[in-house]
Amino acid sequence: MAVVAEYQQPDLREPKGWRRTSNRIVTALMVLAFVLVIIPLGFVLFTVIAKGVSIISWSFLTSSIPPQVAPANVGGIGPAILGTIEIVALATVLAVPLGILGAIYLNEYGGKNWLAALIGFFSDVMTGVPSIIMGLFIFSIWVLHFGYSGLAGAFALGCLMLPVVIRSTYEMLRLVPDSLREGSYAVGATKARVTMTVVLPAAIGGIVSGALLAVARAAGETAPLLFTIATVTAANPNVFKGANTALPALIFTNASSPYAGAEQRGWGAALTLIVICFVLMIVARFVTARFARFSR
Amino acid sequence: MSTVTQAGPAAPAGPAPLSERRPLGDRGFQVLALACGLLVLVILVLIAVSTTQQASSWFTTEGTKIFTSNWDPTTGNYGALTFIYGTAITAVIALVLAVPVSVGIALLLTEVVPYRWSRPIVYVVDLLAVVPSVVWGLWGILVFAPWVAHIYAHIGNVLNGVWVLGPLFGPPTSGASFFTAGIILAFMITPIVTSLSREVIATVPAIDKEGAYALGATRLEMIRGAVWPHSQGGVVGAVLLGLGRAMGETIAVALVIGSSPVITSHLFAPGYNMPAVIANEFGESFGLQRAALMGIGVLLFAFTIIINIIARGIVERSARRKRGA
Repeated sequence: MAVVAEYQQPDLREPKGWRRTSNRIVTALMVLAFVLVIIPLGFVLFTVIAKGVSIISWSFLTSSIPPQVAPANVGGIGPAILGTIEIVALATVLAVPLGILGAIYLNEYGGKNWLAALIGFFSDVMTGVPSIIMGLFIFSIWVLHFGYSGLAGAFALGCLMLPVVIRSTYEMLRLVPDSLREGSYAVGATKARVTMTVVLPAAIGGIVSGALLAVARAAGETAPLLFTIATVTAANPNVFKGANTALPALIFTNASSPYAGAEQRGWGAALTLIVICFVLMIVARFVTARFARFSR
Repeated sequence: MSTVTQAGPAAPAGPAPLSERRPLGDRGFQVLALACGLLVLVILVLIAVSTTQQASSWFTTEGTKIFTSNWDPTTGNYGALTFIYGTAITAVIALVLAVPVSVGIALLLTEVVPYRWSRPIVYVVDLLAVVPSVVWGLWGILVFAPWVAHIYAHIGNVLNGVWVLGPLFGPPTSGASFFTAGIILAFMITPIVTSLSREVIATVPAIDKEGAYALGATRLEMIRGAVWPHSQGGVVGAVLLGLGRAMGETIAVALVIGSSPVITSHLFAPGYNMPAVIANEFGESFGLQRAALMGIGVLLFAFTIIINIIARGIVERSARRKRGA
């Protein structure tokens, strides 16, 4: 018989000395990393709210953009808000349906074939294309031929949103259980009908929330608009024709302005833009929490 | 490649063969979906073709001079090296600052805090990504740059003339500089690097971690022995994606980098980079200068596409390994 060593109660206490110290240091560093993120975020939000809130009023949000020399109490950012809403709405109308259809191809039709893999890969790569490149692209293929317009801006933002919508929709479609599809095939539905009436409704919560996050990202983009809408100060309700304006472009112009009034209006516009983006994000989270039927 | 394929699950197997023909609407829908998928590839190809076409006069007239550092629209010299250098410097600063923080938060989320705490932390980090680029720029130039200018001046005075550190951090110093741009970029890329690293680290098998703990490892030893070897590759991919973002980020950098086309080792001095020069000079440019700016855009597109392809390849490979295929 083998000699059985006398059983000793293992020492389960935390190791002593350097092992304990190094472990604690590293844990503290991880917490410090998070604190390092909160500080700038809090700093930015505090500054924008503190400087922006005093100028925000109904008349500021609706009146026209004055010349930069005007003091802070004159005029407002109405045309820029109108422009942002027009352009982002149009971009959404263009990019979201195309993105959803693209994702339907990837998940429902493509499956594992090489083309779907290629498209999926390059759609991920496309999310990394800098926004300014989209501006230059639309400038060369559209603005040079048809002139500046809100539509051109919407094309540029749409190009940015498209891969984001494809990716988020694809992830949602993958979560829909196959039994739902098989059940509908069994009663004789065609693939298109199954997709439209069974798969999409089942995933709609996640799709909407992904689209809203894409919209929030697009609403804050400036670089693609610089070369496509030719920032003006007058309101332009016609999104298809003529130069337009938008909140981010207005903030960009005012940030490098030497006038205190313009700077002040820049802070007001920044607060408005942040509120728009945050509201979109919160609505997206709410939609996810409320309507998502399948989650990871 | 034929566009219409017979879809598997729809084909019924039964004694009486049902109609093999699919209704026109059904096939039309498939073609439509395929077209939308192909749109991604079409757009990427169009970007490359159309911007290169607009920039062709720069490539042909300047030739190899595009890689010189002489950028002077008044004399008609358009060398882009200054901007490539600036892009590299700001992106490296951003990565050096952002990567340790991002990986730290990713480890905090996956290995330290309980699940119900990780949600709020993720939300807070994601908020950084929701703050628009132009707001970072506005805050950077009006609040942050004047504030750090004092700190830079202080550091510059202390380190002036010191070996290696002097040329890097010595005077001239300015609030709007490479380093300020790098810091702002670091804030902006932290969310994406964090979320991708977290996804990768979350795939480490629980059994490996429990095994390490069972051998008596501390958390640090467990991370070094079980988490790191498994997630190394994926984290490198996440860092590369962050690099791509940092290189292409425009508006915030255009406001805070100082807009001075010089190649200098002084990180606290004003500089310039590729997206910033396009954003600032494109509006008033024409002729060869416009072609040159377009050409810088082409170079930037090429750099970011290559980095993204490599990074996505790495991330995808580590994700596949996780699925066990």
